[in-house]
Amino acid sequence: PAAVLLKDTKLMDVKLGQLPSWLAMRDFTPGGIAGAFRRGYDRYYNKYINVKKGGLGGISMVLAGYVVISYIWSYSHIKHDRRRKYH
Amino acid sequence: MNLSFFDQFMSPSLLGIPLILISMLFPTLLYPSPNSRWITNRLLTLQSWFLHLITKQLMTPLTKKGHKWALILSSLMIFLLTINLLGLLPYTFTPTTQLSMNLALAFPLWLATLLTGLRNQPSASLGHLLPEGTPTPLIPALILIETTSLLIRPLALGVRLTANLTAGHLLIQLISTATTVLLPIMPAVSLLTLSILLLLTILEVAVAMIQAYVFVLLLSLYLQENI
Repeated sequence: PAAVLLKDTKLMDVKLGQLPSWLAMRDFTPGGIAGAFRRGYDRYYNKYINVKKGGLGGISMVLAGYVVISYIWSYSHIKHDRRRKYH
Repeated sequence: MNLSFFDQFMSPSLLGIPLILISMLFPTLLYPSPNSRWITNRLLTLQSWFLHLITKQLMTPLTKKGHKWALILSSLMIFLLTINLLGLLPYTFTPTTQLSMNLALAFPLWLATLLTGLRNQPSASLGHLLPEGTPTPLIPALILIETTSLLIRPLALGVRLTANLTAGHLLIQLISTATTVLLPIMPAVSLLTLSILLLLTILEVAVAMIQAYVFVLLLSLYLQENI
């Protein structure tokens, strides 16, 4: 039986010791990164939105993620607004 | 306790990288491109229905030549609508609260309608400066007034959008601060303020949609006069 190359294994099947060499083999060119975003988008789209009876959940998860990311990005600014006696 | 109520309108940046680009590009993620199926998924069906609705609404009063503007007007409408509505979510940033962005949208488009009119039918578009049936002594004054009103249109378009959205966001922040502060002191008044906040949020959703519509509608009106 032919062993699967490390390059072709999915992330969940990679053993912990092989992780650095697996990461080194990934495609980090701009085209590769764009391809990774495209694949992630397609996975989400085909699982939650491009279905026969897609519901509110598909788009709500995206909006909730957007809210969380906006909070994280504005945290350093918002943390001054905490309720304190002396600011 | 918010230190300054205007901090929400500061252009967000992370370690010096401006994030306003991401908040302007995010709406593109929410609208998938149509595929060639006969029956598409629910999101695409809704999106196509809505797009047909607004394009038909905008293009009906225009002549055939004006239909070249269909793409930019309907995409502007969807852009403004999405950005305004997304700004109502907590912690998000609304790019349309920045006067610079609204003027950058309003000024070139208005100028394009004006130049189209002046180039293709100069006497007709200059004729718009004098309404029919004005008494003769009033003509010079009226021409000046109409020219002023014409030249102030891009400013009005930009400032209208900015002011409406900024005022809405500011009111929401003020009333919610009042609700939170009053809660330990006078819970009954806090509940009253909470109901005001709910009504205000509904108003803000309506304003977000209406302002986007008004922006594009006025541009199409200016186009009708000039095409």
